Amino acid sequence: MKRWAPWIAAAFAALLLPHLFASGFGLSLLNRMGIAIVFALSFNMLLGQGGMLDFGHAIMLGFGGFLAMHAMRLAGLGWFIPTPLLPLVGAAGGLASALLTGWIATRRDRTAFAMITLGLAELVVAVVLMFPSVFGGEEGINGDRSDGPAILGFDFGSQMQVYHVVAVWTWISALLMWRTTLTPLGRLANAVRDNPERVGFLGYDPARVRFRVYVLSGLFAGIAGGLQAINDEIMTSGNIGSEASGAVLLMTFIGGIGTFWGPILGAVLIVLLQVALGTLTDAWQLYSGLLFVAMVVWAPGGLAGILLAHAPVMRAGRLGQLVGHYLRLIPGFALALAGVAGLSELAFRLEAIRGGASTGRIMGLAIDATAAWPWLVAAVLFLAGAALLNRTFPQARAAWQAAAQ
Amino acid sequence: MEQGLLVVLNGLVYGLLLFMLSSGLTLIVGMMGVLNLAHASFYMLGAYLAYSISTVVGFWPALVLAPLAVGVIGALVERYGLRPVHRHGHVAELLFTFGLAFVIGEIVPLIWGRLPVPYRVPAVLDVPLFALAGTAYPAYRLFMMLISLAMFCALFAALAKTRLGLVVRAALTHPDMVAMLGHDVPRVFTLVFGAGCALAGLAGVIAGNAFTTEPGMARSLGAIVFAVVVMGGLGSLSGALVASLLIGLVQTVSIGLDLPFYKALSALGITVDVGGRLHDLWLLSVNRAAPVVPYLLLVLVLATRPRGLLGSRSA
Amino acid sequence: MRLGHAAAAVMAVCLSAGPVWADEVVKFALIDPMSGSFAATGRLGEQHFRFAMDRINESGAAGPGRKFDLVVLDNEVSPEKSLVLLRKAIDDGVHYITQGNGSSVAFALTDAIAKNNKRDPARSAMFLNYAAVDPALTNAKCNWWHFRFDADSDMKMRAMSSYILTRKDLHKVYVFNQDYSFGQSVERGAKEMLTGKRDDLQIVGAERVPLGKVKDFTPYIQKMQAAGADAVVTGNWGADLALLVKAANDSGFKGTFFTYYLGSTEVITEVGQAGRGDAQISEWHANVDSAPIEEMAAAFEAKYHQAFYYWRVVNMLDMTAAAMKQANSSDPEKVGKVLAGMNFHNPLGDVSMRADNHQLLQPMFISVLEPGVKHVFPEVNMGFRTIGRIEPDQTRMATTCSLANPS
Repeated sequence: MKRWAPWIAAAFAALLLPHLFASGFGLSLLNRMGIAIVFALSFNMLLGQGGMLDFGHAIMLGFGGFLAMHAMRLAGLGWFIPTPLLPLVGAAGGLASALLTGWIATRRDRTAFAMITLGLAELVVAVVLMFPSVFGGEEGINGDRSDGPAILGFDFGSQMQVYHVVAVWTWISALLMWRTTLTPLGRLANAVRDNPERVGFLGYDPARVRFRVYVLSGLFAGIAGGLQAINDEIMTSGNIGSEASGAVLLMTFIGGIGTFWGPILGAVLIVLLQVALGTLTDAWQLYSGLLFVAMVVWAPGGLAGILLAHAPVMRAGRLGQLVGHYLRLIPGFALALAGVAGLSELAFRLEAIRGGASTGRIMGLAIDATAAWPWLVAAVLFLAGAALLNRTFPQARAAWQAAAQ
Repeated sequence: MEQGLLVVLNGLVYGLLLFMLSSGLTLIVGMMGVLNLAHASFYMLGAYLAYSISTVVGFWPALVLAPLAVGVIGALVERYGLRPVHRHGHVAELLFTFGLAFVIGEIVPLIWGRLPVPYRVPAVLDVPLFALAGTAYPAYRLFMMLISLAMFCALFAALAKTRLGLVVRAALTHPDMVAMLGHDVPRVFTLVFGAGCALAGLAGVIAGNAFTTEPGMARSLGAIVFAVVVMGGLGSLSGALVASLLIGLVQTVSIGLDLPFYKALSALGITVDVGGRLHDLWLLSVNRAAPVVPYLLLVLVLATRPRGLLGSRSA
Repeated sequence: MRLGHAAAAVMAVCLSAGPVWADEVVKFALIDPMSGSFAATGRLGEQHFRFAMDRINESGAAGPGRKFDLVVLDNEVSPEKSLVLLRKAIDDGVHYITQGNGSSVAFALTDAIAKNNKRDPARSAMFLNYAAVDPALTNAKCNWWHFRFDADSDMKMRAMSSYILTRKDLHKVYVFNQDYSFGQSVERGAKEMLTGKRDDLQIVGAERVPLGKVKDFTPYIQKMQAAGADAVVTGNWGADLALLVKAANDSGFKGTFFTYYLGSTEVITEVGQAGRGDAQISEWHANVDSAPIEEMAAAFEAKYHQAFYYWRVVNMLDMTAAAMKQANSSDPEKVGKVLAGMNFHNPLGDVSMRADNHQLLQPMFISVLEPGVKHVFPEVNMGFRTIGRIEPDQTRMATTCSLANPS
């Protein structure tokens, strides 16, 4: 029962959320989060559980999405295809493309696998643009989600109805993916990730295990694609390309690949960063990139890894010892962050001014980016923060080590 | 005939440019096993730095200074970014260079703006050299070729004649042995990484003004360079040269062939229904299909012959 | 108070701390490329919008107390990114969407806006199209909420081809375009209107390249030279035209370019000293005889240090402002009902918005680039000289569209 508690809580939260964020803005945000969660979880089936770094994961989402979009158009021609079932069509599309690309890619592992998927990502985008009657060329193809047969009076046109479709599918997909980690295949994937030779000695073919995990992951990525087709009502080559694949890598890694729930954290955070910060500043991509690099260097476990490192401390009831140390980190972090944010915002603003925009505002403040003093202030803030962190961070780390003993 | 010569010349310029990029990456991959996803970003940095430097002191000093600056940046990245990540394994290194490419791609427009910068060919070289089949051939293209060839010779000489070159060559094939012989392999890594980035920077300096210097220039070239390195065989410079020229020629020659498949097939005596379900495929012409070739080769080589064309090590 | 509303309110305050509260601020979202290959084109558009809005806000042309405000959203010419941005704009309470670069984007937007307005009439949005000229937007894929203020590609091609046919010195035409709906429509139009019209004139090649991907057009220029082309008809815009012309200069191409978008600053700087007599079809250029627009162009240049280019942006916003004033409302449906069928007088004459497909009919000009005219581009010391004016009624084409006002 305890294992199911988070899932029941998530279901209640999903029911409650749209009433807290009933604005169009809030619903758009929630829909995108749901899609990102499914996509990131399917990505982490490969990276976190199977040790496969996939630079072309969006191929599977894209094929799922395109197939779902064609189904949506058929619904417009009178076929009986209910909109809420489109993610199933997407799953079929993702599965089919995974069978094809996985057959090539999963023969190899680690770096070679990553490089093959990199090549596949470029290859598929080029091919997609060559077949405009299927993929719509530069325009992509679009459809109308309310064309499907109405169910209980719902036509799935409004965002609120779309939210419920996304929420249900996100919940089901996440649950299924979680169950997969507990199956023999999930365990074998972990073993292949950690030591493929030994798995081989045990009589399992590591390439075959990788293939199965890859195909399963493609199925879920296809569901995400189907949801995206419903939400956006358009699919283009951009949904398939390396940029989309890079985005899911970023969010999954930042969230943390070591745990099942890390990617959920990452998906929520990045979509929030993108949508919420995106209206305030143009620099959100730079911020997520910097965060990603920082994670790779200092915290390969991602956010989830950082949180998880505190589980033993919490069990030992020593979390209290750390609070003081962590509080002392805040001024340094805040200063350094303000400095970095200030510098990049100033640079963005200056660039916009050179491009012909008015002097404008930085995060709502009237600051002239062409003057020298804001730059100096930001630089000083950053240096002061870095200096502070340089003192307080080792202390905090030592305190954590002492507490975790 | 003359038309054909022009096409070959263009292919050579492009191929040699690709080689300048891929030679640096080949050294890095061969020695360190790191497929540096940010390699094309250093190419972009080279072009932008050359633009900035040339506005102050002119093109010729920039030709030397910009690659050096890129090399120094590369060495710093290796020393303070890549080396700490090394212990987490190759996938972590790959992730690091991926993130680096992303961040450089965001920082460049911050400094130089999102629009293309007016980085120009120097006036001395901005003249037609000769005319072939009614087409003027720009002198700068020849200059690009000469620089590439000079760089190629210098690189081979350095590898063949100098002591460091010897160590690098040894480390390409037997890295463990070199370390056991007491060489400071990490320091050699830093040097090679810096030198590889400097080569990419040089390619940026001479290509940035011939084409355009804009924030998307790294992305459009990055994947092609991987294809070259993988096809050539990881760590094989001569393989990289062959692959570069091959891809350069294929890409340029194919532009001239706007022959739809259905016509090619009917020449072979096969007629197809152009209006049918597969009409996209039949109407697809050779020049539209050509961009796919490098990636197709990349995938096939990796999946079936990981040692590449002339390589001895597998991925 | 709901949390979402609170967040939105906080955000709204942050974003719009400037304007005076007593005024009604009408927001326009400009969804165009502000980064990537076509950033220069998008930025140029943005400057013209700011310029045109400042004029309207000063004169009060939109009605008492009604001010225009611009929200700029960068779509990188990607249809799917544009839809995300459209959603955001509508969520933020924007009712006027404007876009110009890329008919591929325009198709996505017009479709999504029509759906949005059907599902959520309270948040209806109007699509003001200032440069996406695929004919289908006012034909097969037309909808009531879309208004186009630039002549479509067939209208332009008809004018251009009739001029090409009068040029007895031209015999071999090469048609070169970007490979998406607009480029395809230019190619189709050129083939239809030039083939078989004159015995000594033939199309010697037709080619399309991927949008914004090609960095070196030299091989294509060499193909044109090999085909002996003495004229190139191209709908290329932004970097795809600038780089094409640059490659033509480098390779010493002698043929004449017949273009839609030669006049924008980034392209002009690449034209160089070649003096091939390149031509363009446009709704305005610097040497069109009109004192008020000349004044406007001078003011624009003084402010942005760029040549004035998008006269149609000024005209579009002036017409929209006038429609708002007449409707005494900024509700897009009420404004749209005034705009549809509206007659408007601007410095170039009388223009009218067709009620059946919402295509503006306005005078068009064919001009060639040459030295020794009144207003020259300082970069090349050449400027456009009008060689033909096409009256609005002559540009009218048959349409498959018949729009009726929404109930």
